[in-house]
Amino acid sequence: MLELKNIHWKTPENEEIVKGIDLSIPEGKLTVITGPNGGGKTSLAKLIAGLYTPSTGQILYNKEDITALSITERAGKGIAYAFQQPVRFKGLTVRDLLELSAEDTLSEDKLCAMLSTVGLCAQEYIDRNVDGSLSGGESKRIEIATVLNRKNAKLLVFDEPEAGIDLWSFSNLIKAFEDLKKQGGRTIVIISHQERIMEIADHIAVIAEGKVQTFGPGSEVLPSLLCKDKKCACPMNSIKKEGC
Amino acid sequence: MNSVTKELLSSISDFKEGFKGAYNIREDSGCAGRQSSEYIKIEPKHDKPGIVIRISAKAQQETVYIPACVTHSGVSDLVYNDFIVEDGADVIIVAGCGVHSDGEEEARHNGIHRFMIGKNAKVVYKEKHIGTGKGTGARNIDPVTEIAMGENSYMEMDTMQISGVTSTNRTTTAALAAGAKLVIRERLLTDGEEYAKSDFKVSLYGEDSGVDLVSRSVAKGNSHQDYHSVIIGSCRCTGHSECDAILVGNGVVNAAPELHAENLDASLIHEAAIGKIAGEQIIKLCTLGLTEEEAEQKIIEGFLK
Ligand SMILES: Nc1ncnc2c1ncn2[C@@H]1O[C@H](COP(=O)(O)OP(=O)(O)OP(=O)(O)O)[C@@H](O)[C@H]1O
Ligand SMILES: [Mg+2]
Repeated sequence: MLELKNIHWKTPENEEIVKGIDLSIPEGKLTVITGPNGGGKTSLAKLIAGLYTPSTGQILYNKEDITALSITERAGKGIAYAFQQPVRFKGLTVRDLLELSAEDTLSEDKLCAMLSTVGLCAQEYIDRNVDGSLSGGESKRIEIATVLNRKNAKLLVFDEPEAGIDLWSFSNLIKAFEDLKKQGGRTIVIISHQERIMEIADHIAVIAEGKVQTFGPGSEVLPSLLCKDKKCACPMNSIKKEGC
Repeated sequence: MNSVTKELLSSISDFKEGFKGAYNIREDSGCAGRQSSEYIKIEPKHDKPGIVIRISAKAQQETVYIPACVTHSGVSDLVYNDFIVEDGADVIIVAGCGVHSDGEEEARHNGIHRFMIGKNAKVVYKEKHIGTGKGTGARNIDPVTEIAMGENSYMEMDTMQISGVTSTNRTTTAALAAGAKLVIRERLLTDGEEYAKSDFKVSLYGEDSGVDLVSRSVAKGNSHQDYHSVIIGSCRCTGHSECDAILVGNGVVNAAPELHAENLDASLIHEAAIGKIAGEQIIKLCTLGLTEEEAEQKIIEGFLK
């Protein structure tokens, strides 16, 4: 469904961050990308959604070369991206964003259903501005909702959806991802540091230092990431470095 | 009333076939309709062009419409309207002005609105300005608003200029007695070679009076805006002024908020932020399928909403 072929990316200051990524994201599956901070996961997600353009390499989406396509064109083809750090606006409400995402006007009931999936009580949020008045967790959940409900989304990329979300909502969120998977027809990529999210992954990729260190079925990769005492998932294990 | 007036009226107010209740429609310096209601009396002035609107204490949540239209080039309209709001009245005033130019000469409306607001009265004042027409003549609106607020009165001024006004010079002054609260929301959009100047001067002379002034503006094309606000606090009072502007293209905005605290207990704040639309806002909307132009449009619409 999505094939990344020898992708390199440099910052405007010419520092190479993504250093030759080859990765094939399987259709209709849930792939988790994990790895240490600063390893290049978000950069890769932005390369997929078109926010960054690779310096070399090729991105194939359903066999079509989309490397040169704009963000808008990729969105039109069904690629959706939930930002690690949600964007804040001056004057756009939760309803505005969800309607733009769904490309439709939405009834209160529909909005309610969308917001409750991410653990928000709709009545209180529909007309709130998506600005600095929302808490970190609130804006993160709204960001996730814009992607879960994106019209005709076929490839959904979530960048650390767990960040800043309380435990109760986190369980709901896992359920939302599982439901999404069950519905079928969509390919899901979740960038995450959370063992519980890795547990529902069909495949796991570990990215560190701008490269894919490991890629394989979740059932095989996850155990290798776990510390001996199984208390944490440590991407460092798979890149054979000290520390956990 | 001519067809241009009808069109302008529907842009600046909720005019359908007519207005309910009290109204006065000014068209090209003349009167195209006037009606008083039981509690809102509208009378012409005899010494100058304009009307006196007397709002009785018995008016409660009543609406009065005072729109003005200039429907062709070569009209320079000047009007003095006085609003006398009795103690305890509660009124919604829908003013607003449309200027239409169809030739080379200027079409101009200068409205001088004075408000005498009684104790405990509540006024919501809505003012929308628009310029239309294909004429090359300038479409100019220079409104002057003078507000005297009695003790514990409340006024909300919602003023908006959407498009098409070549040049505007907006002057608002207010003096607040004890406990009076003034809320001003200004929204301005200029494009092309347009120019807008907004000047506010609010004097908080009564104990516990307060003003909250928020101006949001967008300067597109080669347009130019000047924002100047002065809040003077000479007693225990609160004042807040905020100027938030978005630049698009070669738009220019100068913001100069001034605060004069003349008393230890005057608490005055100002904020001003001017800049282009944050790139990440456009990018987020592009990931939802909008083009950059559509995204910019949406963000501006939301900002001025
Ligand atoms: N636009 C940019 N300009 C400069 N440096 C950048 C830019 N984008 C990313 N980087 C740098 O590239 C490196 C990888 O960043 P990236 O955000 O991809 O990491 P990550 O794997 O998502 O990390 P985390 O787990 O902390 O989210 C970091 O050192 C970051 O500072
Ligand atoms: Mg990241």
